[in-house]
Amino acid sequence: MNFLRKKLDNLKRPFGKGQKWEKYAPAINAFDTFLFVPNHTTKTGAHIRDAVDLKRTMVTVIIALIPALIYGIYNTGYQYYSQTGETFTFVDAFIHGSWKIFPMIIVSYVVGLTIEFIFAVYRGHEVNEGYLVTGLLIPMIMPVDIPLWMVAISVAFAVLIAKEAFGGTGMNILNPALTARAFAFFAYPTYMSGNKVWVSEASSMDGISGETILGTLAAGGNINYSFFEMFQGSIPGSIAETSAFFVLIGALILIATGVGSWRIMLGGIFGAAVVGLLFNLWGANALMSFSWINHLVVGGFAFGLVFMATDPVSGAQTNKGKWIYGFLIGVFCILIRVFNPAYPEGVMLAILLMNVFAPTIDHYVIQGNISKRKKRWAAALKTV
Amino acid sequence: MSNGISIKRGANINLRGEAEKFLTEAKPSKTFALKPDNFFAVVPRLLVKEGDLVAKGAPIFYAKHDPRILFVSPVSGIVKEILRGSKRKILHVIIENKNDSVTKHDIKMLSKLDRSTIVEILLNSGAWPFIKQRPYGILADPDIIPKSIYVSSCCTAPLGVDFEFLLKNDKDSFQLGIDVLNTLVKEPINLSIDASFSGFLEKIKGVNILLVNGPHPAGNVSVQMQKHLPINMGEKVWEVRPEDVANIGKLFSSGEYSAQRTIAVAGSSVVQPQYIKTQIGAKISSLTSLTGVKDSSHNRYINGDVLSGMSESEHGYIDFYNNLLTIIPEGNHYRMFGWLPFVDNKIPSLSKTSLSWLFGNKGYEVDTNMNGEERAFVVTGEMEKVFPMDIYPMQLLKACMAEDIEKMEALGIYEVIPEDFGLIDYASTSKIEAQEIIRNGIELMIKEVG
Repeated sequence: MNFLRKKLDNLKRPFGKGQKWEKYAPAINAFDTFLFVPNHTTKTGAHIRDAVDLKRTMVTVIIALIPALIYGIYNTGYQYYSQTGETFTFVDAFIHGSWKIFPMIIVSYVVGLTIEFIFAVYRGHEVNEGYLVTGLLIPMIMPVDIPLWMVAISVAFAVLIAKEAFGGTGMNILNPALTARAFAFFAYPTYMSGNKVWVSEASSMDGISGETILGTLAAGGNINYSFFEMFQGSIPGSIAETSAFFVLIGALILIATGVGSWRIMLGGIFGAAVVGLLFNLWGANALMSFSWINHLVVGGFAFGLVFMATDPVSGAQTNKGKWIYGFLIGVFCILIRVFNPAYPEGVMLAILLMNVFAPTIDHYVIQGNISKRKKRWAAALKTV
Repeated sequence: MSNGISIKRGANINLRGEAEKFLTEAKPSKTFALKPDNFFAVVPRLLVKEGDLVAKGAPIFYAKHDPRILFVSPVSGIVKEILRGSKRKILHVIIENKNDSVTKHDIKMLSKLDRSTIVEILLNSGAWPFIKQRPYGILADPDIIPKSIYVSSCCTAPLGVDFEFLLKNDKDSFQLGIDVLNTLVKEPINLSIDASFSGFLEKIKGVNILLVNGPHPAGNVSVQMQKHLPINMGEKVWEVRPEDVANIGKLFSSGEYSAQRTIAVAGSSVVQPQYIKTQIGAKISSLTSLTGVKDSSHNRYINGDVLSGMSESEHGYIDFYNNLLTIIPEGNHYRMFGWLPFVDNKIPSLSKTSLSWLFGNKGYEVDTNMNGEERAFVVTGEMEKVFPMDIYPMQLLKACMAEDIEKMEALGIYEVIPEDFGLIDYASTSKIEAQEIIRNGIELMIKEVG
């Protein structure tokens, strides 16, 4: 460790204060602090600090994503082989999926982190860790066959327009990963929806039945999947969204470590369940009569609610606000699914919509605290 | 009369090296220092120059905004050095302890004195700075009658002081001090004591007792005020530290300014953590020579607790409002891959991304490492968990950063002082310097609103 530390210190010398590469220091610091928690000591304020930092928090989210990612990789292969009819093993499916998905992850990280590094150097601040999560989320919510250059452009759009234009990490209004998906969705609709995009290489094969469940329902078709299949996730869909089971494992990790807000997750489930139940009672078409419990496990609802609605930056920040924000995401997700046949899946738009309204929700929650205080002031003035 | 104050949100950080209930008299310190910086928002005007002879209780400087407020010498001796910083700002007035001359004040029986005479005695004797005022935590304004006065004997900060023990030889002075303070307000003094044990403080007369229960920051006066009777706009409330109540009592019984300070020397770097009796402004080395310090070259000396205290060099002096000297190791070391969850669990953490709760039985040994770098505000909800007041801490911090005075008022800036954000500094994932932001916010309020 000491040897490595000395090497690094030597390497960093030209980036020091007053040295010739000083302004590129954030770039080298990002690598250094990845290896070592720095030796910085407290200067002002509290003299001791908690062991937690943003790196640890973000890495925890990545750990929570891994079960869904691994299943997503397997399911990509599973969907492909079950359509072609070839016999296959778990390893075959996994290898097929890996060849599809790892290039997307690499493209996402390379493009996104490059932009982040450029902005860190340009603005003279350290590289924030937020993109480590965003960069993994983006490929996980894309259809498997989306061309890599589209991934690259979507990433660039999300990081530049949704994040850096607002001032970088911590300042963005919209969740960057969902912005990337929304961009791809509206810019390249043929690659993002329909019945040919959800199964690997489906566009080059004939006779594919690769429609998602919600797509089938929107088109008025019948569903041949059992609840267990939907829950376990061996269904077509965006790469990592299909398995409610593995998303649930991620959710448990996020809740147990306190990194993800259980209020938002629970609020969202309530919202979706209530609206789903109401539609079940109405039951005018196939989507309305689709059981509310199935609504919770199909499509991207679970994945979006657990990993994207809980983004602390774009979500509501007050505890009361989190309940409302989560609840409304659930409500709008089901509303969009049922009422808008052009968008079979509503969770992306529901979260983006509520991202926009999160500051408003917080505003009213905080206003409650303010008016309580002002009433107290007024009462005190009267008694004097 | 008594009220209960029960706090749920907050955290106790159990650190190693708590001061043992063992009271020693310090070897007389050779030099003492008064530090104008100890008095928030005070601009000092010197009354002495280097080489002057001063008696104990003789004025050293006064406050520019109110020349009646005098700051007096804790010991008799000679003004050895006036240490200045940039822009000739006065940092320390150092007094070398020699001979035993004392300034005497002629003070009648308390029952024969009226309020204005008592205020005058407190001002003239130099005891006035013992009284601090909310909002802002500034020195009390002698021209007003405050809504109430709070004395908190409950200390919940890490390695906190036990005032019950500390004042055990000063019961009568404490009672007299309370009687003096009671002449300054209409309502009885609010004395908060730890609900979990009782001692002589519970038997003090003429007070409204607040029984405080819960984790840190339950001992902070701001928290107690907010749960008891929150400060409204325009109201002024005073606060006196327990030992200073006894000092005021001693002034009225003896006619001499009393600058007694009992310091708990604590922390994992202290060989024999204990309580030591000395005077305000004593040299730190006069205390550490008694307790011993491990590996003295790499320690952080903190005037106060680890969350809200001020760092001081080992050759420095004890602060004015302070009963605790914490000494912990510095943390300028690297930790390879220390950012991984569930790694380095010996570092105490309120986050569930660490297993540190398994290692806390005997207390944690902490150092001053940042354990990460400063980042933008990202994680939400963590501040609220350690902030028991009915205030949105993150929003108040942002209002302070934006210098939005109207919002700062509406969100509760009048009800807080920087130390209330000590735990937030500690717990913040993004390593936000919350106390500094609040301090700047309060300075702005004083400048713009007054």
